[in-house]
Amino acid sequence: MSQTSFKKIAEEKIQPKDFSFDRDNMLLAKKILKIYPKNFKESSIMPLLSIAQNQNNGWLPKKAIEYVSDFLEIPEIKVLEIATFYSMYNLSPVGKFHVEVCTTSPCMLRGSDEILSFCEKKLAIQEGGISKDKMFSLSRVECLGACVNAPIIKINKNYYEDLDLNSTDKLINNLLNDKKIKIGSQSGRKGSEPRKSSYDKKR
Amino acid sequence: MVQIFIDEKAYDVEDGITVIQACESAGVEIPRFCYHEKLSIAGNCRMCLVEMENSNKPVASCAMPVAEGMKIKTNSEMVVKARKGVMEFLLINHPLDCPICDQGGECDLQDQAMAYGSGISRFVEQKRAVKDKNLGPLIKTHMTRCIHCTRCVRFSEEIAGNNTQLGAIGRGEDTEITTYLEEAMDFEMSGNVIDLCPVGALTSKPYEFVARPWELKKTETIDVFDAVGSSIRIDSKSDKILRVLPRINEEINDEWISDKTRFAYDGINNQRIDRYYLRNSEGKLAEESEENILKIIHNSLSNTKASQVAALVGNTLDCESIFSFKKFLDELKIDNYDCRQDDSFFLPFQRFSYIFNSTIKGIDDSDLCVLVGTDIKKEAPILSSRIRQKFLSSPKTYKIFSVGNFNLNFVVDYLGGNPSSLKKLSENKNSDVFKKSKKPIFILGQGAMCHDDAADIFNYCLNFYQKISKNIDWNGFNVLQTFSGRVGALDLGFYNKKNISRSLIKQIYDGKFEVLYLMSADEINFEKIPKKTFVIYHGHHGDKAVKRADLIIPMSCFTEKEGIYVNLEGRPQISSQVKFPIDGVNHSWTFLNKLSKLFNLSLYSDHNDLREKMFLNHEHLSYINQIQLSKINKNKQSKFKFSNQEMKSNISNFYMTDSVSRNSKIMSDCSLAFLKETNVT
Repeated sequence: MSQTSFKKIAEEKIQPKDFSFDRDNMLLAKKILKIYPKNFKESSIMPLLSIAQNQNNGWLPKKAIEYVSDFLEIPEIKVLEIATFYSMYNLSPVGKFHVEVCTTSPCMLRGSDEILSFCEKKLAIQEGGISKDKMFSLSRVECLGACVNAPIIKINKNYYEDLDLNSTDKLINNLLNDKKIKIGSQSGRKGSEPRKSSYDKKR
Repeated sequence: MVQIFIDEKAYDVEDGITVIQACESAGVEIPRFCYHEKLSIAGNCRMCLVEMENSNKPVASCAMPVAEGMKIKTNSEMVVKARKGVMEFLLINHPLDCPICDQGGECDLQDQAMAYGSGISRFVEQKRAVKDKNLGPLIKTHMTRCIHCTRCVRFSEEIAGNNTQLGAIGRGEDTEITTYLEEAMDFEMSGNVIDLCPVGALTSKPYEFVARPWELKKTETIDVFDAVGSSIRIDSKSDKILRVLPRINEEINDEWISDKTRFAYDGINNQRIDRYYLRNSEGKLAEESEENILKIIHNSLSNTKASQVAALVGNTLDCESIFSFKKFLDELKIDNYDCRQDDSFFLPFQRFSYIFNSTIKGIDDSDLCVLVGTDIKKEAPILSSRIRQKFLSSPKTYKIFSVGNFNLNFVVDYLGGNPSSLKKLSENKNSDVFKKSKKPIFILGQGAMCHDDAADIFNYCLNFYQKISKNIDWNGFNVLQTFSGRVGALDLGFYNKKNISRSLIKQIYDGKFEVLYLMSADEINFEKIPKKTFVIYHGHHGDKAVKRADLIIPMSCFTEKEGIYVNLEGRPQISSQVKFPIDGVNHSWTFLNKLSKLFNLSLYSDHNDLREKMFLNHEHLSYINQIQLSKINKNKQSKFKFSNQEMKSNISNFYMTDSVSRNSKIMSDCSLAFLKETNVT
């Protein structure tokens, strides 16, 4: 698997000229900094990066990386290392809804490949791409850690589980029409409770 | 001590070391890529796998601490198979372009693939390719060859510690070693990653496609570009110096050298003075024969009063040259001579006042560091990285103060830029730190020693040091010299003993002297020398001095002769001859011998004779590689006056500090690339 385009540093022309935490985020960042010992400031690098990403519509510009490195007084490369290592950080713009389809073994066995290609068709974008209206971006990710409810899609902060093609279609339509959508399992089961099995009938 | 068994033989090894170190001390070779004695343990190459009894998997010996009764097998079937497997995986994405690779012939991967690999690969898929990075004028990259051992990353973080560091971005197959947005590696020790790289991913740009290691003649010698006196090896081919590598010397440079040491060698062959010149009536330099030159010097020196002659020696001269020159001048009763073109302060006849008393190794034992007027990262990168390593080993307790605003590679309490900020040392909030300290070190740089208030700064620091130091066996009061010839010259007494005040240079500018004899001294401001002064320049490079000199004498440079240099600790070391001097060029002492003949002065029969005469007067120079410790003398001054003039380092451009490095193309490339903001001279 090669790197998706969201892991590549965005082109110069779309990079913002400046970045700094707004007031709320600054307070939050200072609060996070307090958790760690003074001489291990760099331990707070991951929460700070996600604050920065949230503030900047889901992606990290160069200026944000430099800002965080200044904030923690560590070399920029140390921040870039973290930002490129984890798939949760994006280094180029993503859509308003960033759709991440899990394709690791359990999800794959439950049909995640079909869901991915369905999403590509439905949203008319390639994996790693962003739609023209900047509403959707699509990416293939490794295990999201909810295998019991496979297959899973992560959209922004939430998981949508137990998907099939119908429920995926419904999910995307609801997003497009700005309708309320249910977070979690789409098949009606509660959490990851067992499916009704032959064992239940016998009892 | 614990007892362990390596290949069924019992060994007693130190507690707390790792299996790979135990094997090394037992003389059993373990292949490795990522492990390096001087760096932290990464354990990511898996090449050092060994079999351990009661473990059903092979273990990485670099990361496994020894334990009592441990049974290690290093050549069992399991180990051989594991090594073959690891080797095959490492070579999956490696291009196997050894014939066109600069590392070929001295490549760890090549050697170990031969020794431990299986010979064939079963990998038929596409190989990975990585874009090369531009890391500046010194380091050439070929990132497809990288095996991700991260030695370079750990080096830049732990030893060099500059702002521009290397890092590994991405993950898994996409991992790439780079600097942030491909900035050039501008730190003073960057060249060491070339030696560290076990493959050909990071190689030397100036040495690109130049030679194969087996063609080179290797000469072990010492470095003269700074006062540290690092141990180096010069590789040459038919009289041409092709590269410089560090030698391991735990007491001085570990196994690192600075970029100037490593790359300034190409300046040796540029702009050499190889003939005698005399400035004619039109003001142009014209070639002249040796005989005539000798006569002219004889005439001008014998027709001038001894008090009207001044002499200076350069910063990178060996002791033999300085001694023979001093003897020549003494016999002519000329006493206006000095080795300090920068008017650096010192106390005559008190050796402690100009050497690094704690010794370089002493930094490791120290528990507190006060830097006064020294940009130590530029003046002595080797020492700076030692302090950094000490600091990293105990970041909470090791405190470093700096008087002088310099950008350093460790966390420093800046007290201010001017000498009066020294008084902040005795503030209450700092008193606890000084009280607790048992082995403090003070490092006075040339920024302080060349300052107008040098005497006050020196004595204030000495007073303060003596107040806080309780340990009689510990001498941590250091002066950091920046030039390789300086300590030797001061040891030999190449300064005016009658007139110790720092005014000789000013007197030269004022035109007090009719004749000025410069032995490779080219750091003074030549425009300020009045026109009537007759300037003799005896040196090896056509540098600033040549524009002003009226008479020029060629001289062999440091790679062309054997010489004793005293490093900043006061440790005499011998540099070796790499090649013969250029045709018709004399050693400095041979020329002085010819000159002495005209004056009917004493002569030296050969180099050994010169050395013996030198040792007779200066016995400590004969103890090669031994430091004669010196004691601090009490200071009586108690009132101090400080001006507000800021302390500045005497080195503004790290890459160009003497006539050789100023003539080096590589060094000028570095200055252009790295010193955009500051003025490049």
